[in-house]
Amino acid sequence: MSTWLSILIAFPVMAGVAWVFRFAGQSATSNKPFFRDMPFGVAFGYVVAAVAILLAFKIYFIDQVLFFRWAMQGLIIFTVSAFLFRLLGRLVGTAGSRKLFRSMPLTAAFGVMIVLAYAILAIFAPVFAPYGEEQVFAAANTLPGGDPATGGDPAHLLGTDQIGRDLMSRLIYGARNTVGIAFATTCLAFFIGGSLGFLAATIGGWLDQVLSRAVDVLMAIPALIFALLLMTIASAWSVKLGIPLTIFMILIIAIIDSTRVYRLARAVGVNIVVMDYIEAAKLRGEGLTYLIFREILPNATAPLLAEFGLRFCFVFLTIASLSFLGVGIQPPLADWGTMVRDLAQFINFAQFSPLTAALPILAAGAIALLTVAVNFIVDWMLQKSSGLKE
Amino acid sequence: MSELLLKVRDLMIEGRSDETWNPIINGCSFDLNKGEVLGMIGESGAGKSTVGLAAMGFTRDGCRISGGTVEFDGIDLVNASAAVKRGLLGKRIAYVAQSAAASFNPAHRLIDQHTEGPVQHGVMPREESQEDAMELYRRLRLPNPEEIGFRYPHQVSGGQLQRAMTAMAMACRPDLIIFDEPTTALDVTTQIEVLASIRDIVEQFNTAAIYITHDLAVVAQMADKIKVLLKGDEVEEADTRTMLSDPQEEYTKSLWAVRSFQRPTKPAVPADAVPVVSVKNVSAAYGKVPVLFDVSFDIHAGRTVAVVGESGSGKSTAARCITGLLPPTSGVIEFDGEPIPADYRSRTKMQLRQAQMIYQMADTALNPRKTIGEIIGRPVQFYMGLTGSAKRKRVDELLNEIELEPSQYFHRLPSELSGGQKQRVGIARALAAEPKFIICDEVTSALDQLVAEGILKLLAKLQDELGLSYMFITHDLATVRSIADEVVVMKDGRVVEAGPKKEMFTPPHHAYTDLLLSSVPEMDPDWLTNLLDARGVDNIGDAAVGKM
Repeated sequence: MSTWLSILIAFPVMAGVAWVFRFAGQSATSNKPFFRDMPFGVAFGYVVAAVAILLAFKIYFIDQVLFFRWAMQGLIIFTVSAFLFRLLGRLVGTAGSRKLFRSMPLTAAFGVMIVLAYAILAIFAPVFAPYGEEQVFAAANTLPGGDPATGGDPAHLLGTDQIGRDLMSRLIYGARNTVGIAFATTCLAFFIGGSLGFLAATIGGWLDQVLSRAVDVLMAIPALIFALLLMTIASAWSVKLGIPLTIFMILIIAIIDSTRVYRLARAVGVNIVVMDYIEAAKLRGEGLTYLIFREILPNATAPLLAEFGLRFCFVFLTIASLSFLGVGIQPPLADWGTMVRDLAQFINFAQFSPLTAALPILAAGAIALLTVAVNFIVDWMLQKSSGLKE
Repeated sequence: MSELLLKVRDLMIEGRSDETWNPIINGCSFDLNKGEVLGMIGESGAGKSTVGLAAMGFTRDGCRISGGTVEFDGIDLVNASAAVKRGLLGKRIAYVAQSAAASFNPAHRLIDQHTEGPVQHGVMPREESQEDAMELYRRLRLPNPEEIGFRYPHQVSGGQLQRAMTAMAMACRPDLIIFDEPTTALDVTTQIEVLASIRDIVEQFNTAAIYITHDLAVVAQMADKIKVLLKGDEVEEADTRTMLSDPQEEYTKSLWAVRSFQRPTKPAVPADAVPVVSVKNVSAAYGKVPVLFDVSFDIHAGRTVAVVGESGSGKSTAARCITGLLPPTSGVIEFDGEPIPADYRSRTKMQLRQAQMIYQMADTALNPRKTIGEIIGRPVQFYMGLTGSAKRKRVDELLNEIELEPSQYFHRLPSELSGGQKQRVGIARALAAEPKFIICDEVTSALDQLVAEGILKLLAKLQDELGLSYMFITHDLATVRSIADEVVVMKDGRVVEAGPKKEMFTPPHHAYTDLLLSSVPEMDPDWLTNLLDARGVDNIGDAAVGKM
């Protein structure tokens, strides 16, 4: 009860501090526009942020919050390395690349560092992983930390799962499976949806009608349920035909997601097709391929790139959800979605061992972090391409 | 009696680009008394709108006021807090934007948008404000003043919308209104109604105004004094009559002299000559709506035919029929006496090459993601089959032809060029196909007068060198006067009058031609008053057209 009470009290106190903060700022800087025009909400935001940072400091030194400590350390290390990376880019290289880095916000550099780290881990998984992804150890020890004093096993830094496979190795191999498959699926979805969308926009007429209505039908069925249904059918086929289920999964998710890409590509394409330069190219007698790839596509890259970042995350989450439901990537292949599902049962032990109960956060966090990083990069690209237009 | 309302001193404004602050306005000062109208003129990029907005204490995103003062009725607008400005804007200072169609919210009725200001500022309750709106609509001579406010913006015409916006700016009876090019997007015949309405209402309520425009003739009708800006610098300021009769600075004189370009009259075409392009009894329709009725005209080699008319008169549709974008429902198009397929898709590469097009908006006519070299190089490669260094050589020739230095412009993107330069690239792209005939669709109407004159001279030079024929679509009669050999006047999809330029500009005219000709503003400050007297005040614009 006292926690709730303290939160209840904390808010009016913070509101008061925010008012004092703004007032003090106004008098100290003799009414500079920054403080003069600061809405109360913004002042309150500053105070809340300050409180959050203070709280983070406090929690950092509690023993049980090993994962939080690691996250904080990772955050600081990656921020510093992102800063250095950007600094390096600004000092070295050609005039063009230096200009690119000058316009790069720190968040984008952070995203690039994270994506690089994931890529390196995925490509060189056997080098970084201490054990094999399918290797089972007799002494299963689910306590992370590797500190013998609290009962951990120094050989497994993140502990093992319930049947004794090293979690760190599985996380690293999981990057390879989950991210690799998601990337292939997204590319395929963009290839299908993008080309059909531009085709519909350029030719129009009945082709546009047929494609658009077909896409409407596909979109009317809830995506995850549709995928589940198709995957169930595909799992029967894959046994009969001897094709790995993963291939079916890539195809199914790519087709379902290509409907969204089609919609976007068509909408963007329709706006570009009415431009005078397209009319000029048509009157010149240019063919369809030239129109689509040389005139329309260069002007559609910004929205398509943004969609690619988002779509990648959605595909990624769909794969994780399918695996979580048991029809996606099949065991014993390591995959983050499956790992969240398998480790989720540990939540029941929260009272006895909070660290063990927090294990599913590792895989979920890996998913979340990549999603955020990709979006940081996409935001930057969007800002760059929209800035170019003006 | 003259009471100082707005005092601007050494105003400096900077804009942010590429991480640095660059000056946009380098010190601008002026005074404005109550009830006085200041005309602000200059080319695009001169900073007219920026100064106009700064007079409201406002800057666009990415700009800041870096020095100087703006004092409105004793209130320092540069340092005023957001709350103080909120109290002033809309209530004592109002703004009328260039495009009323883009500035009204399409989802609300005009009168609801009108009453928002007075209600928010607590000037008057909604009912009273509605009554007042109808009164203002009446004074601005809008048709059906009781009813028109209850329409949505898309249900009234452009000129009416611009007047409704002026009424809206008047809603709180402000002391100062800033008009930012309110008639630039309108036809000449519509422009007159709006100009007359604005002038009357500003006089009636003794409102001060800043009138921003690039059209000298317009500003001469509206302003008590004129200020000329050039690239962020003040050039000069004087009262209207002095400024018109006796400009001091070289730049101002060049602005005044801009319409002097005139081509010599060419000898008459021999009667048996085969026209390059011949439009014969063409009718066309968009879907089921007919837009062209039995249109015929010829364009001879080395001649310029100007097609004039208001927007919606079918000028551009005629061009679309010639290019084959809109196959006519009846009638034929002939090139060199040979009928050609109606649809551009059925035409041969050779036929497509013969007719090229230059567009009004160079911004949308050039692919923003391609360099100038690629844009001009594509038709060279496509039609002439040149590649590598031969292609590069030809593109350099073309760039020299349009007076742009090849080494400097070859690798640039369209966004790195000025409006006039973009239009030149559009011309080069058309020339690259080595055509006989070029359609120029309002090529100068988006450009400043000095730049437009440069383009017209270039087109004339190319015609003399290469023997090109032009179909010159325009609504600007001054342009027709300077470049055309023959004139075709169109209205509502029909050819009203056609003939050599000389005949067209000497009376007697067809009634519609007469209306068009008399609606072009002249540099005489009494022109509007005299014209309205001549037409009868209640008889302007719509009425005059409707009577015919």
